[in-house]
Amino acid sequence: QRCLSLIKSTKFLNAYITVAEETALKQAEESEKRYKRGQPLGVLDGIPIAVKDNFNTAGIETTCASNMLKGYISPYNATVVQKLLDQGAVLLGKTNLDEFAMGSGSTDGVFGPVRNPWSYSRQYKEKSVPKSHSEDKDSNWVITGGSSGGSAAAVSSFTCFAALGSDTGGSTRNPAAHCGVVGLKPTYGLISRHGLIPLVNSMDVPGILTRCVDDAAVVLGSLAGHDPKDSTTIQDNFKPFELSDLTDVSKLSIGIPKEYHAPGLSSEILALWSKAADLFKNAGAKVIEVSLPHTRYSIVCYHVLCTAEVASNMARFDGLEYGHRSDMNKSTESMYAATRREGFNDVVRGRILSGNYFLLKQNYENYFIKAQKVRRLIANDFVKVFGSGVDILLTPTTLSDAIPYMEFIKEDNRTRSAQDDILTQAANMAGLPAINVPTALSERGLPVGLQFIGRSFQEKQLLTVAKWFEKQVKFPMIQLDEHNGNLKQISKP
Amino acid sequence: MLNCYLKGQQEHERPEFIPYAHLRIRTKQKVTVEVLDHLEHLALVDFRDSEGVERLQKAIQFADQLHEVNTDGVEPMDSVLEDRCLYLREDDVTEGNCTEELLKNAREKVEEYFVAPPGNIPLPKLEERETFLKGS
Repeated sequence: QRCLSLIKSTKFLNAYITVAEETALKQAEESEKRYKRGQPLGVLDGIPIAVKDNFNTAGIETTCASNMLKGYISPYNATVVQKLLDQGAVLLGKTNLDEFAMGSGSTDGVFGPVRNPWSYSRQYKEKSVPKSHSEDKDSNWVITGGSSGGSAAAVSSFTCFAALGSDTGGSTRNPAAHCGVVGLKPTYGLISRHGLIPLVNSMDVPGILTRCVDDAAVVLGSLAGHDPKDSTTIQDNFKPFELSDLTDVSKLSIGIPKEYHAPGLSSEILALWSKAADLFKNAGAKVIEVSLPHTRYSIVCYHVLCTAEVASNMARFDGLEYGHRSDMNKSTESMYAATRREGFNDVVRGRILSGNYFLLKQNYENYFIKAQKVRRLIANDFVKVFGSGVDILLTPTTLSDAIPYMEFIKEDNRTRSAQDDILTQAANMAGLPAINVPTALSERGLPVGLQFIGRSFQEKQLLTVAKWFEKQVKFPMIQLDEHNGNLKQISKP
Repeated sequence: MLNCYLKGQQEHERPEFIPYAHLRIRTKQKVTVEVLDHLEHLALVDFRDSEGVERLQKAIQFADQLHEVNTDGVEPMDSVLEDRCLYLREDDVTEGNCTEELLKNAREKVEEYFVAPPGNIPLPKLEERETFLKGS
């Protein structure tokens, strides 16, 4: 209940699209009854969670922040949602995102942009230079990053304890870094994608956002595993694990890929990255510089593959079986065309058209096949590096801390995505697990995170190292002002 | 052939060392109206305005950087799980019978059918369509 009232008081953040108040209260009641009987359903019984709005949730509107699916009430639960509910978790609502998870700012959905809760924190306010009096005080709020911005904002502002996002090109880790929360992207094939409205079938994964690494491990434990409804999940047995405290770092080999010093990386983050590397070195780990030569092409490769797959995946939205349907009735094709014109925004339409261009017979070989070949080169880079004895890669997650919304919208979506995804994208290309750990506050008082990339299906090792790092860094808690209600009572678990 | 012409153009322009390649603008011939019309027809999505066409141009320019990479002898990669066997389950019906639920989401239906307008009428030609490309 405290969470629900907090959601109401933080409505200006625009983090939630749908708040499932009655069902949440009912679930919470039942969970309490179970605890009184001493029979919790699982580790997550009673924990309030939020889910990004591109996961199907039975009975609750699922929109993907698009006109195309407004009013669409899914008839089924996504597998991950079902798993969480089976554990007894309380679903608070669906969070805001970029339309169809395309974007890196959570600013392009039809429900409006999501505001970063840190814009209202004491830490940011203290550091920001007061502008002239005539300007609206509210106008320099910063973006959350995308595209799972709503989920990150929800977790960061204490309205829920964990949230689900999706990660195709960094969509979970980017907002996690800007909002100061832990964002985990599991290995492709570990968690089922059944029920996640697909963007790029070969790179999508559900992502987990929590306030600390332990929580992420717990949630991962309940979500991972083979799903007969998703044929791209692996069949190996998954055993949920508990993270032990790492005391001896000396057996670890940390790689620092030099190409991740990308153009545009802020000097602050560079300094932070070096400090982190030194931290590991001083603790006895082996820190070596490695090279992933095809990193800078991963964005181009992603651009082609993503638009191509999007063109295919968005073809299902024709207004016939579900979703928006236009009134044009002259013929099937014109109805489809009109529906899609009305339902999709510019970003989505642009990507569909680019994707179709790259898939034209005359361009197929040149662009699509070429991009697939480059993808193999990128994946091989990683294999080589991990094969040479490196255990974990340490990289920055974003190029800078969160920028003000007013500045962000000056460039269009595609340019922004190309700039912001550059550090997170390669892990999606190769399907490797990656986690963003909030590290420190920038000079402007906003959170900055660092990214760890691990070997395929070695989430345990990745999370153990991340947990050690988290403890060393002691990231400060957000200090939201008093008018945001009972914050002190809902403290970190 | 369009392909060879484009390839020829690229080779001509490629310098030795490219710093910050992804920010560099390349000159390239504009996409023809026929191709744009074809795309609109395939995708059943229209460009709406010149911004849309610009966006496509920029996207193509951006993607051209791929041609800098030498991929001789490299196989295209479809999936990161290519080394594993795909899971196939038994061909038994395990769930279904949710007709009512599925029909709930459709706007126009008759009994248990989805209703669509007549299908054998092709999309109007470029001149008759309400699209931006008419003007270009």
